[in-house]
Amino acid sequence: MSRELLYLLIPLSCLVAALVAGFLGSRIGRVNAHRAAIGGVGLAFALSCVVAWDVFAGNHFNGTIYTWAISGGTHFVIGFLIDPLSAVMMVIVTFVSLMVHIYTIGYMAEDPGYTRFFSYIALFTFAMLMLVMSNNFLQLFFGWEAVGLVSYLLIGFWYERDSAIRANMKAFLVNRVGDFGFILGIGAVLALFGSLDYQSVFDAAPALADRTTQGPFGSEWHWLTLICLLLFVGAMGKSAQVPLHVWLPDSMEGPTPISALIHAATMVTAGIFLVARMSPLFELSLTALSVVLIVGALTALLMAFVALIQTDIKRVVAYSTLSQLGYMTVALGASAYSVAIFHLATHAFFKALLFLAAGSVIIAMHHEQDMRRMGGLRKVMPVTYVTCVIGSLALAGIPPFAGFFSKDAIIEAVHYSATPGAGFAYVAVLIGVILTAFYSFRLVFMTFHGEGRMDSKTRAHLHESPKVVTFPLIALAVPSVLAGLLFINVTMDGSLFGNSIVPGGVPGDIDMTAGGMLAHAPFAAPFWLAILGIAGAWVCYLWKPELPGKVAQQWGGLYRVLEKKYGFDEFYQRVFADGARGLGDVLSEWGDRRLIDGWLVNGAARVVVRTASLVRHVQSGLVYHYAFVMIIGLVALMSWFLFR
Amino acid sequence: MIPLSHYLIVGALLFAISVVGIFLNRKNLVIILMAIELLLLAANMNFVAFSHYLGNLSGQVFVFFVLTVAAAEAAIGLAILIVLFRTRRSINVQDLDHLKG
Repeated sequence: MSRELLYLLIPLSCLVAALVAGFLGSRIGRVNAHRAAIGGVGLAFALSCVVAWDVFAGNHFNGTIYTWAISGGTHFVIGFLIDPLSAVMMVIVTFVSLMVHIYTIGYMAEDPGYTRFFSYIALFTFAMLMLVMSNNFLQLFFGWEAVGLVSYLLIGFWYERDSAIRANMKAFLVNRVGDFGFILGIGAVLALFGSLDYQSVFDAAPALADRTTQGPFGSEWHWLTLICLLLFVGAMGKSAQVPLHVWLPDSMEGPTPISALIHAATMVTAGIFLVARMSPLFELSLTALSVVLIVGALTALLMAFVALIQTDIKRVVAYSTLSQLGYMTVALGASAYSVAIFHLATHAFFKALLFLAAGSVIIAMHHEQDMRRMGGLRKVMPVTYVTCVIGSLALAGIPPFAGFFSKDAIIEAVHYSATPGAGFAYVAVLIGVILTAFYSFRLVFMTFHGEGRMDSKTRAHLHESPKVVTFPLIALAVPSVLAGLLFINVTMDGSLFGNSIVPGGVPGDIDMTAGGMLAHAPFAAPFWLAILGIAGAWVCYLWKPELPGKVAQQWGGLYRVLEKKYGFDEFYQRVFADGARGLGDVLSEWGDRRLIDGWLVNGAARVVVRTASLVRHVQSGLVYHYAFVMIIGLVALMSWFLFR
Repeated sequence: MIPLSHYLIVGALLFAISVVGIFLNRKNLVIILMAIELLLLAANMNFVAFSHYLGNLSGQVFVFFVLTVAAAEAAIGLAILIVLFRTRRSINVQDLDHLKG
């Protein structure tokens, strides 16, 4: 089998599965629909593993599959760039997607939209694969928009709910802001390089690094800084960085498997992938890197604080996702692209695990998501409990779980980074560590430990989730434990990603091997900060449960700020939503109803009516009037003819 | 010898009388038909006058054609008038405003 066919088969098997489940779902039945979807995605996963094995054996690929348009000198193509970066992403995407597919059988068992759901997530997998496998900007944009579309469809999956409709509209609109920047960035790339192909752009970039362009108000901009900033605006939208993060918490209105697949493991990391893929461009612009670093640090810190006070189990995990995306962005800003992708990978596993575990709890609690009504679930749900603790340990960064290696590598990279703003970012990620540990174990303690706070009816029905739900938990728990240990060495010495990412950001004088990091951990701040966070959560939620309430009262102002999530939502609502609506009202009233309808459309009609009502008197219907007019006309013409 | 201009003045007067007859008549459609006949005769008067003045007989021959056409036209006009009277029970010009549509 030729390589092109193999590569083509990976996304297309998902697309076919989506079409079969979507269009034939009602005819072939629920079981066959999920068989089709899982079969397609399973095939994609198996082939991705084959491709990854092939890539790490040294066979890279960069080629065009199909040219769909030629305009001027620009070729618009479907093409694949298969290198270590895309291979890693493909394996992560298809693996998590496969687990989520299996989990969905259990989670959505009673939902009337069962086949539609499978169709959507298979379609998502197709779009995400097109995104990561692309070798040009336009195909990247196609995948980018397609995952956004599926995200929109899935957030609003339960479309009877008002809140779901609001949430998906919000997600779509906020993403539009980012995508606008992104498409401007692509336009700028085309303008500067005259090509949309990654390789030719990257090859040409160093020579054009000093090229400037005229900005507004006579300012001078470096082309590459402009391009990188615009592309990063797109990444901020998709990867939910401050201030475009507001859609992600609300996206939890969608079903939990979606939160795990799209809003934690894969789609939201598209922005991280984008910047890593564009690393040859970002390396040339220190300004852009600094912006990336500071935005990431702000996200990591601010969102971790909000996670502390959330009571909805999914929202805690959602805010922790935001915070962890901030960590990845920080790593990008510190030029440690491979570390960012590494954290992306480990995070995909343990965050998908945490979401699916939360989903398992939600099933057991009969769709109750408030942690204040949970507690003591450890005894009835042992598998969920153990896997959730593994996920939380990985998230908190306790060695030797996966999160420890990736997060520690980020912290070290920031520590030694020379990007402006690195000092602030270093402090932010260190504070973030203690907060991360605190909120993850707050979740564990409130949900699984202590006394049960649910009502007696729910308590009587508590039970461990079925095998289709617990199997993905276990399957995701394995890489959550091992992925860091196994892959830290190859990530750090640069052999994993090879030339697909610009190497950098890794301090040379520190032992960044698995053994070295484990040995160093007890003498480093992050480890003890994580322990402190866990201990703090234990004190606040198990030992002295009345403490958080007191603290909230003592620091009422701060608490309210966190409760309002820094007022981003209110601000956007007031300024952008209400502002736009106000502007729309004015335009509709004055522009449309008065000017266009009143003056132009109805006005034209009125002029015709008025003129006609005057002119109609001429048409009397009496023959002698007409004859008279004819004679007068004849006389007039003849006089003109004679006397001119 | 009566000069040409006198004939032409008579012709113009006949023409003017017939035009006024068409316009000022508010009552009877027959008067319009008569006015049209007079109109044609005014034209004939000019034909004959010019024919004699220029010594060219074709103008007088043309008068016969005009008279023939006028006779045919009068016949058709009266036929239309009768049909009109049958359907509308009136030949009052003021009532005949159906051209308004």
